[in-house]
Amino acid sequence: MKKIITLLLSFVFLLSSCASKGPATLTVMTHSSFAVSEEIVKSFETANNVTVNFVQSGDAGETLNKAILTKDAPIADVLFGVDNTFLSRALEAGIFESYASPSLSDVPAEFKLDSSNQTTPIDFGDVCINYDKSYFAEKGLLVPQSLEDLSKPEYKDLLVMENPATSSTGLAFLLATRAHFGEDYVDYWKGLRQNGLVVVDGWETAYYTNFSGSSGRGAQPMVVSYGSSPAAEVVFAETPLDDAPTASIIGPDSCFRQIEFAGILKGTPNRDLAEKFIDFMLSTDFQNDMPLQMFVYPVNQNATLPEAFVKYSQAPSQPAVLSPEDISANRDAWIEAWTEAMK
Amino acid sequence: MQPNFFSHRDVDTQRSKILRVSAPLWRTRFYLWLVPILFLLIFFFFPLSKILGLTFNPSTLTDSKTISIALDAVRFTVYQATLSTILTFILGLPSAILFARFNFRGKSLLRTLTAIPFMLPTVVVAAGFNSLLGPRGFFSHVFSFQFQGTLTAILIAHVFYNTTIVIRIVGGALARLDPKLEQAARSLGADSFRVWKDVTLPLLRPSLLAAALLVFLFDFTSFGVILLLGGTNFSTLEVEIYLRVLKLPNLPLAALLSIIQLAFTLVISFFYSRIVSQTTTQTAPRFSTSRPPKTFREKIFIAVSVILLFSFFFLPLISLPLRSFTRLEADRGDRGQVQYGLTGDYYKELFVNRRDSLFYVPPIQATVNSLGFASLTVLFSLLLGFPVAFALSKPTQLEKILDPLIMLPLGSSAVMLGLGFIITFGRSLSSPVFIPIAHTLIAFPFVVRALQPAIASIPERLRHAASVLGASPFRVWQTVDFPILRRATLTAATFAFTVSLGEFGATLLLSRPELPTIPVAISRFLGQAGGLNYGQAMAMSTILMSITILGILVMEKENYA
Amino acid sequence: MLELKNIFKTYEGKPLLKNISFTLRSDETICLLGASGSGKSTLLRMIAGLESPDEGRILFNGMDLAQKTPPHLRDFGLVFQDYGLFPHLNIFDNIAFGLKMRKVPPAQIQERVAILLKQVNLLGFEKRDVTELSGGEQQRVALARALAPNPRLLMFDEPLGALDRNLKEDLLNELREILHRTKIPSIYVTHDQEEAFAIADRILLLHDGEIVRDGRPEEIWNDPGSIWAANFFGIGNTLNGVAVLPNKVKTEFGVFDLKCRHKHVKGEKISLLMRQASGASGQELKLKVEDVLFKREQFQVKSRGGLFFVREKPKIGQIIHLRVKVECLA
Repeated sequence: MKKIITLLLSFVFLLSSCASKGPATLTVMTHSSFAVSEEIVKSFETANNVTVNFVQSGDAGETLNKAILTKDAPIADVLFGVDNTFLSRALEAGIFESYASPSLSDVPAEFKLDSSNQTTPIDFGDVCINYDKSYFAEKGLLVPQSLEDLSKPEYKDLLVMENPATSSTGLAFLLATRAHFGEDYVDYWKGLRQNGLVVVDGWETAYYTNFSGSSGRGAQPMVVSYGSSPAAEVVFAETPLDDAPTASIIGPDSCFRQIEFAGILKGTPNRDLAEKFIDFMLSTDFQNDMPLQMFVYPVNQNATLPEAFVKYSQAPSQPAVLSPEDISANRDAWIEAWTEAMK
Repeated sequence: MQPNFFSHRDVDTQRSKILRVSAPLWRTRFYLWLVPILFLLIFFFFPLSKILGLTFNPSTLTDSKTISIALDAVRFTVYQATLSTILTFILGLPSAILFARFNFRGKSLLRTLTAIPFMLPTVVVAAGFNSLLGPRGFFSHVFSFQFQGTLTAILIAHVFYNTTIVIRIVGGALARLDPKLEQAARSLGADSFRVWKDVTLPLLRPSLLAAALLVFLFDFTSFGVILLLGGTNFSTLEVEIYLRVLKLPNLPLAALLSIIQLAFTLVISFFYSRIVSQTTTQTAPRFSTSRPPKTFREKIFIAVSVILLFSFFFLPLISLPLRSFTRLEADRGDRGQVQYGLTGDYYKELFVNRRDSLFYVPPIQATVNSLGFASLTVLFSLLLGFPVAFALSKPTQLEKILDPLIMLPLGSSAVMLGLGFIITFGRSLSSPVFIPIAHTLIAFPFVVRALQPAIASIPERLRHAASVLGASPFRVWQTVDFPILRRATLTAATFAFTVSLGEFGATLLLSRPELPTIPVAISRFLGQAGGLNYGQAMAMSTILMSITILGILVMEKENYA
Repeated sequence: MLELKNIFKTYEGKPLLKNISFTLRSDETICLLGASGSGKSTLLRMIAGLESPDEGRILFNGMDLAQKTPPHLRDFGLVFQDYGLFPHLNIFDNIAFGLKMRKVPPAQIQERVAILLKQVNLLGFEKRDVTELSGGEQQRVALARALAPNPRLLMFDEPLGALDRNLKEDLLNELREILHRTKIPSIYVTHDQEEAFAIADRILLLHDGEIVRDGRPEEIWNDPGSIWAANFFGIGNTLNGVAVLPNKVKTEFGVFDLKCRHKHVKGEKISLLMRQASGASGQELKLKVEDVLFKREQFQVKSRGGLFFVREKPKIGQIIHLRVKVECLA
């Protein structure tokens, strides 16, 4: 008995000592989808004689909310994972310090949404409708080419999406329709509802439970997911595949582009290290690593895409666009109108 | 599970009278309460009141829209909890009679089976039900119907979870009921219906009430089940709080909802502890009151109940591991036919770090993390639970007021408390010690409730005998209380252990990605596309379920040995 | 009126009751006397209908009860050792329970309960809680409750077992009086011979699942019929002897005259009961006192493995002279 207690207590000390080892510590707060190769972080740590502590706290919205709540006593030095739908909210809350990374010169202008440089674009991805290729082939059905097509009777009961109130994926799709249809988007949604649109809570349910393309048993052959999901299907296939079982619909405005930003949290005692970390995230090392870790695209134009991305992931030429300010000001109203339209 | 876990406290009135007048009592009591109270103050009441104080805004009380959201949430929460409680009793009462009154082959196995869900993490239960009844479950091959996202799913899961409470409390009381009373009624001319109506039911009333309150409380504060199986369309208080904190931020509304939920919890726990403390334990009959079935009707009753209980509890549990070994994937090259077959790939894949990710954690490591946190939770909650259970086993007036407060952590929203933790502890929160601390908060009420009746049942004369023979108070505890309490302690420990194993919300408060627990690993797999990821989530859930069931079996074995 | 015929019952694979048959006549109180585990309570529960026999029939006024009549229709009263009062009902409702089951009108219930409370000396206790009563009071309530519906048969399962000695005697007398007055036939189960002698018109001695003796108390005392019965009642000393002549028997205490209904052949081994004889009858025995014990009106002397009684207190080691006679046990 005593031995067990001693063992447990030493476990406590081990755990608490984890928090404060090494020469200097940089705390990076991320959403829970963040991932990175061990090797790359190691190289940053050795180069700068620092230990990087990652803390995760839920999805993008939750992470930002927590950062805002703790802005007087920040719990991290760097925050990664504010996307363009939340950007204005973050900027209004004033939780970041401005920093213009020299590497920004490698980033195309379309990603630089924050002129105050409080946040730095890191990656982007497109929320697109994925479809189950074999379903359409088997039924001899044409794949819909635009948002408008989805209201057609031949696609009745074939689409599942996430609730914009609870899922950022669903929200992104709602934003795409708002961008495309303007004020008429509510009527469009009423039409989709008439056409048997299925709404579930989150991406996991939509993709794994309802979608027929992933593991074959769902009822809907179309799902609101990511442009990179077909690539993930190949990478994580149970048996090696030479072609993706799914693909994205990349019509005009049918995808919404999410751009993710990182920023230095106000009040950090490690400003120098934090700047270096932002630079590091823009470096080609990190940017090359990202696609297969998080299934997003690098913003650094010098980065090279992995083969699976080149082959199976499709980037829309004309994603829907809405300004962060517009999103921030109207998000709640749009969601409410959407909820109303779905009743 | 210890038969008397939910049972009534054996209140020895004479004993508590003596205690009320003895002088050094207050000092002893003070020491008993000191650490647990400090713990609750620092890690529960302070963070919670801090976040509520910061976010609560009295003006929400006059905002009609806010009020209507709150009222809707209260209405739906009460509605689904009432419905769940009624359904739980419809299954639980016959089962309680079955276990209390009859002997049949496989009885203890079946009883263990019904006890398992209560301790299973919601992630696992949801996965189990989905692999059975979900769109890609085994049943969907036979006929198609909508399960996930329905009220039915929520209700079924609640019944699945809480039937064991009715079996334990009501069945326990029924088994302890003096059979002479029913026999006396029979000989006085009461037929079996009147015996039930006039003797058995009135005598079971306190246990029925206690069970109903406890089931209602668990259904009322249920979160994971509703979110995972029902979805956010079902706005219970807890789900609405979660939405208003994280998804559609409206913190004043979330604060109002939290306060309402806490108030409900407090009222329910108050009545619960009143009922439990007022009921004295029936003297246990010397002989077992259960017997083999005799009449044809009894045999039919047993056969039907056993089949019903077995399929209701066993199918969801077995379909999860089955699913984790079954490939339900499409043939990628020439698609159209779904491929079935057995596969160990999901388990093999658990050991592969495909992306050289910094956050890749082998399943062994996740298991070790989970077990480490769970062991610490056991240690913490026993250290805190023992003195409180000891004090509450013979409570003074003041302590009777403290009693329902212990249940409060069960009724406080994890997301809200999480925010409280963040603004209270800031950067230090990234220390992993906070994970077992958060788990201890949830395990603590269970531990106290498991220990308390056992401590109360130790005759005071044993302690007196020991101290007359020269044992110091600590030696009395060590030589008398502890050996007698070994079983109850094991029960309490298993509760703490399984609570910690399955707890998911607190781990996501602010987790260190390099120290994920099994539930965190499961949610990571579910967060990314690809058939392998889904399969790995099922495999990981199966591992979690196996560990939990192993814990329960160890405990059951001790109790019925 | 009550007749048991060839009752057999096994419990957990072992025979508990073997071929029990007896008849209870109307206005008779019989006592089932036996050590604990002899199956006497089981027998009672079978008559009450709470258990059923493996074999055999239980007849009441010629009607077979064993398989057909459920306990609540038998109209038999039952009183338990630990009272079995309903803790959720007060005294009045406890006593009224059986009347309510028979749908007796409330006014009559009032009246009947009042009469019964008077009978058991608990007038004014109506509203009391069961838990407020002492053991003796609780057993009176239980008795009143069993009597209330005027049952066809009353059964007592060790009713005084939980009470202390003085209370026991008082209650025993009250019970006897009530049974005589109400003339309800009764079966009284006990392991205490004093209770049995005090209350029974007839005693059935149960041993090893069989009725080994059936008779009036005085008959049994005069002729216990077996070594076991003699020892159970503590009548005299039992010993073994060998017949040396048809009317003489040799024992470790010497050679005695033997008067038996049947003749013995020489060399036959006989179970004997040695009792002290009064006056000048019997044979004289010389005994060395090994131990002396005060027993109310007399002193118990232990000598050579036997127990004897004398009026004057002897000293240990002293030689005393006693007169004894020897009877044979069948």
